[in-house]
Amino acid sequence: MNLWKEFYKGLFDQNPIFRLALSLCPALAVTSTATNALAMGLSVMFVITTNNMVVSITRKWVNPTVRVPVYITSIATIVTLVQLILQAYLPILYKELGIYLALIVVFAIILARAEVFAAKNGIIASAVDGLGMGAGFTLAMLLIGVIRELFGIGTIFGMQIMPLSYNPPLIMILAPGGFLLIGILIGFFNLLSSYLEKRRERFADGGQN
Amino acid sequence: MSEYFLLFMGAVLVNNFVLTRFLGLCIFFGVSKNLNASIGMGMAVTSVMTMSSILAWLVYNYVLVPFKLTFLTTVVFVLLVASFVQLLEMIIKRHMPALYKMWGIYLVLIATNCIVLAVPLINSENSYSLLMSIVNAIGSGLGFALAIILMASLREKLQYSDVPKSLDGLGIAFVLAGLLALSFLGFSGMIPL
Repeated sequence: MNLWKEFYKGLFDQNPIFRLALSLCPALAVTSTATNALAMGLSVMFVITTNNMVVSITRKWVNPTVRVPVYITSIATIVTLVQLILQAYLPILYKELGIYLALIVVFAIILARAEVFAAKNGIIASAVDGLGMGAGFTLAMLLIGVIRELFGIGTIFGMQIMPLSYNPPLIMILAPGGFLLIGILIGFFNLLSSYLEKRRERFADGGQN
Repeated sequence: MSEYFLLFMGAVLVNNFVLTRFLGLCIFFGVSKNLNASIGMGMAVTSVMTMSSILAWLVYNYVLVPFKLTFLTTVVFVLLVASFVQLLEMIIKRHMPALYKMWGIYLVLIATNCIVLAVPLINSENSYSLLMSIVNAIGSGLGFALAIILMASLREKLQYSDVPKSLDGLGIAFVLAGLLALSFLGFSGMIPL
C-alpha cells in the first residue's frame, strides 16, 4: 500500500512538469507529435528508475562529499545506454529526438529524485518512486504532445482524427504554440486545484455545522 | 567570412536558444523576474559557454576522435562542463571577489544546465572547426542574453497589470514567452539554410 503511495505522488501531487515545473525544456522541444513525446517520456522513465536503483544500491559506499559527481556519472552512463539502444534499433526516432536525448543527463528531476529519495531509501521503494515520477512525466508529455499534434496536424499518433477539411494552424507544432499551450495548461491546473480546494473547504464547513 | 556571419546571426536570432530550441528554460523563467539579474545571467552564460566550448572542442578532437571514443561524448562533456564551471567558480572566488559577488550565484546555477552542455554537443555533432565553434558559442550566448533581457523587461511591466489569478506567475510567463517566440519566428526566413 505504501509503495502505491510512492508511485501515485509522481502522477499528480508532485507531477514533474505541471506541479514542480522541472524539466521543462524537453516538455516543449519534443512534444510536437504524440509519438516523440511518448518516446521521450519512456526514455526518461527508464533513466530515472535505473538511476534511482543504482543510487539506492550504492548509497552505503558513496561518500556524501562526492555524491553529486557520482550521480552525474551514473546518469550519463545510463543515458548513453539509451542513446546507443535507440540509435541501433530506432534510428529515425533517434534522429528526431536529436540533441534532447543527450540532454536528459542534466534534467533536474532525475538528480533531484536521486538526492531527495533514492539516497535515503531502499532499492524497491526507490525503483517505485522512479517509476511514478517517470509515469507522471510521461503522462504530462503525452498530454501536451496529443494536444499539439491534434490541433497542429490533425492527427494522433499519425492517425487522422480531425475531418480532412480541417485546416491545421501550423503554429501549434512550432515553438510559440508549445509555450502558449503550456502556459494555458498551467493556468488550467491551478484553476482546477483551487476549485477542488474550495469544494473541500465547503464540505469541511458543512460537516461542522 | 560570410559563413561565420551567417552562423552568428543564425545562432542569435533564427535558432535562438530559448525561443526556438527551448533550452535553458529553468534559468529563463527563474531569473527573468529581475532585469539586473537577467543581464548578469546573460553575460555569465555567454562567457562560460564560450570557454567550455573551446575546452570541449579540444577534448573532442584531440582525445575522443583519435581514440575512437565518440560514443562517450555525453559522459565526457557533462563531467567536463560541470567540473570546469566549478573550477571557474573557485578561481573567481579566490582572485576576483568583486566579480564573484556579482556573478557567483549564476555560476552555481549553470554548472549542470542544458544550455551550457548543448553548445559543445551541437558543435561536435556538426563537426565545426575551432573558430566556428567559438562563433556559434558566442552567438548562442548572446541570443540567450537577448531573450532573457527582453523577457525581464516585459515581466517588470507585467507586475502592474491585472492578471487572472490562476495564470499569475509561471502561467502568464509562458504565454508571454509564446508571444515573444512568435515574433522571433519572423526571423526564420532571414537566412537560407
